[in-house]
Amino acid sequence: MSDRNVLPSGQAKIDELEMVGIVKRFPGVLANDDIDFDVRAGEVHALLGENGAGKSTLMKILYGLYQADEGEILVSGERVEITNPTDAIAHGIGMIHQHFMLVETLTVAENVALGLKSTRGLLTDIEHVSERIDELARLYGLFVDPAAYIWQLSVGQQQRVEILKALYRGAALLILDEPTAVLTPQEVDDLFRIMRQMADDGHALIFISHKLHEVIEISQRVTVLRDGRKIGTKPTSETTKSDLGTWMVGREVSFRPIKSESEPGEVRLRLDNVSALSNRETPALKGVSLEVRSGEILGLAGVSGNGQRELAEVITGLCPVTGGSVFLEGEDVTDKSVAERTERMLSYIPEERMRDGMIRNFTVAENLILREHNKAPYARSGFLDLDQIAVHTGDLIQEYNVKTPSQETYVKSLSGGNIQKLVLARELSRQPRVIVAAQPTRGLDIGATEYVHQQLIRQRSSGAATLLISEDLDEILALSDRIAVIYEGEIMGTLDAHDATAEEIGLLMAGVRPDERSEAVG
Amino acid sequence: MITELVSSTVLIGILASGIRLATPYLYAAIGETFGQRSGVLNLGVEGQMLLGAFAAFYLVFMTGNLVLGLLAALAVGALMGLAMAFVTVNLKAEQGISGIGFYLFGLGMSDLLFQRMLGTVETVSGFSKVNIPFLSDIPVIGEILFRQNLLVYGAFALVPIAWFVLNKTTLGLKIRAVGENPEAADSLGVSVAKVRYFTIILGGMLSGIAGASLSIGLLNVFQQNMTSGLGFIAVALVYFGGWRPWGVLGGALLFSMVNSLQLWIQVLGIPIPSDIAVMMPYVLTILALVVTVSRVRGPSALTKPFGREE
Repeated sequence: MSDRNVLPSGQAKIDELEMVGIVKRFPGVLANDDIDFDVRAGEVHALLGENGAGKSTLMKILYGLYQADEGEILVSGERVEITNPTDAIAHGIGMIHQHFMLVETLTVAENVALGLKSTRGLLTDIEHVSERIDELARLYGLFVDPAAYIWQLSVGQQQRVEILKALYRGAALLILDEPTAVLTPQEVDDLFRIMRQMADDGHALIFISHKLHEVIEISQRVTVLRDGRKIGTKPTSETTKSDLGTWMVGREVSFRPIKSESEPGEVRLRLDNVSALSNRETPALKGVSLEVRSGEILGLAGVSGNGQRELAEVITGLCPVTGGSVFLEGEDVTDKSVAERTERMLSYIPEERMRDGMIRNFTVAENLILREHNKAPYARSGFLDLDQIAVHTGDLIQEYNVKTPSQETYVKSLSGGNIQKLVLARELSRQPRVIVAAQPTRGLDIGATEYVHQQLIRQRSSGAATLLISEDLDEILALSDRIAVIYEGEIMGTLDAHDATAEEIGLLMAGVRPDERSEAVG
Repeated sequence: MITELVSSTVLIGILASGIRLATPYLYAAIGETFGQRSGVLNLGVEGQMLLGAFAAFYLVFMTGNLVLGLLAALAVGALMGLAMAFVTVNLKAEQGISGIGFYLFGLGMSDLLFQRMLGTVETVSGFSKVNIPFLSDIPVIGEILFRQNLLVYGAFALVPIAWFVLNKTTLGLKIRAVGENPEAADSLGVSVAKVRYFTIILGGMLSGIAGASLSIGLLNVFQQNMTSGLGFIAVALVYFGGWRPWGVLGGALLFSMVNSLQLWIQVLGIPIPSDIAVMMPYVLTILALVVTVSRVRGPSALTKPFGREE
């Protein structure tokens, strides 16, 4: 049985897959412009590029979710037609989507069985599927309970289910679409271990990412896309992080924003033993205490859904507390409204900018005045001063470098980066004393991310107290003066950013306290 | 007077007619359960029932053949379901609004056909009681459960069948997946459109039978708007039953028993104003919904049209 062309799952290898001359047009956009790409058995080939560079489009074509307008796909030299995911699966191609394609209310085995022919005809064969899952899990080191419901699993375990789903369907080639975005550092290590083993066993893997250090760590070859075009393919060992960054963005990028030593002043924001409920009425914050000083950035790290949203909303006044107090510059504002907190120069960059930060069907100018629309210079005794609004919003658009056709353009037609610049312009131009920035660069490309970081550092220099909530550990490490870690609504610890390591923070993010670790060692 | 209510013959009468009255709710609500588990809210049930009721009645009135009547109800329900499926799946219409449109269409169309083709209220001889050998001789229970017509037995048999299909078959797995996360189902090669077409047409057929169970089973007449809100109650029962066939059965029985009780109260001349009596089942529905609905979570993709993003 030790056939060199067969994978541990029993599936035949895909020696080489080629995509040749792929062109894909969307209305007004050339998403893929004559792209060649290939991947071989036994390698991890990284596909690197910014948001909108065309990586996901290319891979969706390979998986049959989109159809290419031109070009062809060859499996081991033979041309194949892939018009839907079923075709892709039949050719041994599997895809792990960035947003997991799992049905939360079904079990692991049911999710795997979905869409497959049953061995019992019309009846489901969950037991048979469960046995096979166990078998595959042993072969690949992907242990997960087939009878568990998806909602009971951690994000890392859910990802294993996605991989098992693909393997069960006989995937010899796996497309992993930004698989590390949702994982803790330890889970990333785990995933990389599994990926290495799969490559060694003869699978072909495509790793989509925009994180340079991960590409360098895991891949053998790397292809860079920019604005829908292929910039080139190279063995990863012959590149450096700064080469790849320049390729990806088209100019040199700074990886660590330059910032001066912090000079923390007085405490501007204080939370004292704050508790709150989520909108599902389950406890979301359990006695959180925090302090942020003038001139410092406190980074709050944590896997999403551990109380970050509630924490931001408790400070801004959107979510009521069930216990504890919130202080702005020493004053108890626990029972104050959102407007009263705004008066105290609290600014908020919300996590979901399209839902909580902007009104889609309002113009750029209308959105820019939302927070202070009832004050001079925008309004006088209840009437909007349209001339003044035009002048001031015009200035803001220039100062914050927002690319918009006009002030009268609807916000919904702008790009994510420009929308975030509008949020920044509105929230930061008022010289806030306290800033809550939640996931301020989520979904933004490197250029826009750099810009947001610069703006936050500028606010720090001018004395604002900033709470930076982010799932992106690199961002936390780059910007923060101190780092707090939240897990299941509790602060697991606060570290000085100078000597904090990703590993240390990762353990806290997973809910392991330092004292528990030492006990485990002892 | 209250003592009259607790006499054994009256109690048996109340329970037996409660079982009978549950029939249209069960057909319609089980059909709606399939649709909603796949993510489609059909508010047109009432309209489908009215047309089904008319079609069945008309065929039986003209031919005297009950099987033809049933087939007519199935066919009309299937057609209504097909139209609903096209509007919600292909055209991605707002489900609540298009459902109300289908209700109004069924209401108006059944009345028009009634006026043109019959003109006056007629009666037919519909399904008659079938006593099940041996079981119907069991005291009390036999009288309540096993001396009913075939459509009543069919309605109750539908509950375990629906449970089995939803939970033990590959089709049921697809239906549940499509209602929770159509993107996931799509990525595994499950056709979201096919599954929804199937459940909506099935729901339409069962609604048609629900109508027929009134016009050629329970009442043996057809009048305009004879369902008088029954289809909407059936939709509410799906929520009440937590989108599970056995829960729907519980809700249908609770509702029909209270309904039966209030009918008997009126028959026996117990001095409760009849308006109050008629209100009882509806007030109960509202209260029951308030208590139960927050408890269970419905299918995540309910009322959401599906399409691949481009």
